[in-house]
Amino acid sequence: MAVVFDKPHALADVPLHYCPGCTHGIIHRLVAEVIDELGIEGKTVGIAPVGCSVMAYNYFNCDMIEAAHGRAPAVATGVKRANPDNIVFTYQGDGDLASIGMAETVHSAARNENITIIFINNAIYGMTGGQMAPTSLLGQVTQTSPYGRDEKLCGYPIRVCEMLSELEGPEFLTRVTVNTVPRIREAKKAIKKAFQNQIEGKGFSLVEVVSTCPTNWGMTPKDALKWIDDNMLPYYPLGVYKDRSAKEETK
Amino acid sequence: MAKLTFKTDNCKGCGLCVDVCPKKILRLAPDKINKKGHHPAELTDEGACVGCASCAMMCPDCIIKVER
Repeated sequence: MAVVFDKPHALADVPLHYCPGCTHGIIHRLVAEVIDELGIEGKTVGIAPVGCSVMAYNYFNCDMIEAAHGRAPAVATGVKRANPDNIVFTYQGDGDLASIGMAETVHSAARNENITIIFINNAIYGMTGGQMAPTSLLGQVTQTSPYGRDEKLCGYPIRVCEMLSELEGPEFLTRVTVNTVPRIREAKKAIKKAFQNQIEGKGFSLVEVVSTCPTNWGMTPKDALKWIDDNMLPYYPLGVYKDRSAKEETK
Repeated sequence: MAKLTFKTDNCKGCGLCVDVCPKKILRLAPDKINKKGHHPAELTDEGACVGCASCAMMCPDCIIKVER
């Protein structure tokens, strides 16, 4: 019998600390599979964020750096510019990338820094106990919006891909999700393209993965996957928001 | 004929594999508890598994190895 599915080599053989049913594990595996398939484990440097995935440095077998809260794109810029042969990716949540790290994100995109960003959008702060994030939906109940997010008080959720797509800089922006098996395959394709863009020197690639937080959303893992379909995807539509080289080829 | 191998002690009993199985032959073992204190996923009918690996694709903890 042939092995048709096993843990990728780039994913460390340790139990993940994430809550049961958290899709961080799936996305970790997809990144590790892409690193394996491209054969770049020896020269890849990952930048871990602050948030639930703060301990991502324990889970990947490539080199990892822990950045200050939100500063992963800045650290990645430094690593990539100092060691252009290395493949540098950051793995960030919405509280890290879209809140405290917004300046770093926007400016690294505007500079078209040749890095890959995996952005996990689950519309809540997971590690700190379920506070409202910049990406929390209108009406969403969190620890800090117990009556639901009110746009008069807290403004509107930020759509990161759409916002960055207005910039001239970025090469590749896409939004995927992992709540069904076909969508997991699509997400892997997008992550692979984001890494390939960097290898080919094309520039800034960001893959936004609409993700779940069963614990802080207060539902079962199965219901959380359905909640993505019912609530997240209408506000955060899937699709490619910018693919500069594909656009140039069709011109 | 396919073979599934579970790293049972890493299972968190989230049940995502159970829902995604097209043959509906996975369950959270009601009479077993692993080291973490969860009811781990198990295969109820080995002969019926087609080795599609949907469960393994969906498993957030990467505990399922699929051979076919």
